[in-house]
Amino acid sequence: MKVTSFHFMPYRELPDDVERRYRSVWVDAPWHELADAARAGDFYNQSIDELLLAAEVGFDGLGTNEHHQNPYGFMCNPNLFGAILARMTRDRGLDVAIVQLGATLVSASPIRVAEEYAVLDCLSGGRLIAGVPVGIGADAGLSYGVTPIEQRARWREGIEFMLRAWTSAAPFAWNGEHYQLRNVNLWPRPVQSPHPPLLVPGGHSSSTWDLCHERDWAYAFLSYFGAKAAEAAMDGFWEHAEAYGRERNPYRASFLQLVAVAESDERAEAEYGPHLEYFYKKLLHFPPQYFTPPGYLEYPSQLGAFKAMAASPPVDLKALTARDMIERGFAVVGSPATVRDQLEAIARRLGVGHLLAITQFGSMPHELAERNIRLLGSEVLPHLRTIWNADGWEDRWWPTGIPGTLEPTAVGGAA
Amino acid sequence: MSVTVEAVALRHCGFEAKVKIAGSGAPIVYLHGAGGPAWDPFVDALAPHHTVYAPDHPGTGDTARDAIHRVPSLWDLVLIYDELLDALGLERVALVGASFGGMMACEIAAHRRSAISALVLLDPIGLWREDAPVAQYMTATPDELASILFCDPQGAAAQAALALPSDNDERAVALADLVWAMGATGKFVWPIPDKGLARRLHRVTAPTLVVWGEEDRLVSPVYAQEFADRLGDARVEIVPAAGHLPQLERLDVVAPLVLDFLAAPDRRPGEP
Repeated sequence: MKVTSFHFMPYRELPDDVERRYRSVWVDAPWHELADAARAGDFYNQSIDELLLAAEVGFDGLGTNEHHQNPYGFMCNPNLFGAILARMTRDRGLDVAIVQLGATLVSASPIRVAEEYAVLDCLSGGRLIAGVPVGIGADAGLSYGVTPIEQRARWREGIEFMLRAWTSAAPFAWNGEHYQLRNVNLWPRPVQSPHPPLLVPGGHSSSTWDLCHERDWAYAFLSYFGAKAAEAAMDGFWEHAEAYGRERNPYRASFLQLVAVAESDERAEAEYGPHLEYFYKKLLHFPPQYFTPPGYLEYPSQLGAFKAMAASPPVDLKALTARDMIERGFAVVGSPATVRDQLEAIARRLGVGHLLAITQFGSMPHELAERNIRLLGSEVLPHLRTIWNADGWEDRWWPTGIPGTLEPTAVGGAA
Repeated sequence: MSVTVEAVALRHCGFEAKVKIAGSGAPIVYLHGAGGPAWDPFVDALAPHHTVYAPDHPGTGDTARDAIHRVPSLWDLVLIYDELLDALGLERVALVGASFGGMMACEIAAHRRSAISALVLLDPIGLWREDAPVAQYMTATPDELASILFCDPQGAAAQAALALPSDNDERAVALADLVWAMGATGKFVWPIPDKGLARRLHRVTAPTLVVWGEEDRLVSPVYAQEFADRLGDARVEIVPAAGHLPQLERLDVVAPLVLDFLAAPDRRPGEP
């Protein structure tokens, strides 16, 4: 299994009563009442250091993403951070994937994302994983003005545009439904051939599974509610794989999981519990309409969501303690042995070959995040790495890299 | 009231329109708001005096849900209504529009000009003032929506309009229809319901009645005069003790206002 250290870069010092004071911490939470630019700079830099440390202790990938107008994660463009990580890991000879999960095609323009991803692939020496999230309504719709009912069609068109812009031998005109460009002639092109591997994040939507299987793209199931809640979705993903004649290669699938380790289960709960509650109660404080404004979900999905809600009301996160969250498996928190066993069980039950591990979450301070990452590197990763080795699958969704580019002197930066 | 639904296949955008028709008398067209079509007590009050044609906006009501994906722009939506009025044989007709429907009634009247005999606007959206922003109703919670829409959310009119089926599946369908109707109409007003109508209102030649709930929290009554100033031949009526839907909360006031206005000789379809 390959493990990516995935970072949201949250604002780590919100007031205790933030979720009672404001209707939402997304989109309309007031910056001047809640945050400080100098501290934001500290958090960005700490987050970059945490990702670099993860590369040094043996993680296989470094993940960043895009969100807007919130303290949950305020990388307005993950490619700013991907560029830093590409260069710094190259300087240090660290062979890690640069996992952009990702720049949102509908918020930025698709040509800008196609260009920036190509830059990252060149800069990193072919280590880019090109995430193509559809994006959430809060970002694209509420913060960036994208019409919710057009978001999915724009996203699908954006992916097709990017693939053609990367691979087309000659300049071309794009006369799409949502985007028109008279002369597309991308500089640079990515170094991976025919193009960097795509990674499509999704939830319970079966149309996303079908898209992945039809095109042979990798899929990442993103949820904060643990592996138990993911079983139905991942079973659906694999059933659809079969229908498309796709082999059950675990490297097709990624799973996102909050992970924290300490010397013992008790100590882990005590140390990480407050940060877990901060993540679920403060950073996820928003009305559901912000994530799925009207039109964002296709009608059948919207209807399905209301039916599911009637059958089982959504979890009231505010009523849960950290222990509840750990017991329900929202986060894998415990001793090295507990975390090893749980993650292996999750990987095998869901059939996933790539893990996206959130190793700093919520208010977790820098020092604690670094301790978590070091312990994961020394006590957990060696065990996870071999999980699928005996099955002999080829990982066709991992970047190929360019041999020789990771020598520190290759870019002339050693002097 | 016996309501029939007529299907009208249009060439524009391949849209199959669905029009509720009821009543008798001089024809009028009623355009519903962002929450989707409903044969409500206001439309019912018009029908004894007029033949009411109430089309569903694309994606809502009886139309195919995905029809909205084939209507790319506001211009296409105006042309859909242009073609629909021709198809229904309504060469000269009065338009009544509520909220989003009021905005569309203005757009159609600015396009068809003298073919529109009269215009009734009930708390329309379509203009924007920095000092009185239109509420972001699309991202309101259900409770917030009730208090944005109604002067008295606990009142009988509000409770009747907000009532949901008790059966779980039927309720899920009603909620999904409501959300999808907001999404489908939202295609033409997101993220700010100002798509240039202010530049086009001067083209409207129809005499206009602008009705506004005095307590409208979705779009402030200050917009009533904004519309009237740009329209030229317009009269404003502010309705006390009513919110965004005065035709429901004060049906007793609004129905006679609208019927009297439409009954004036120069506003009848046959007398240009």
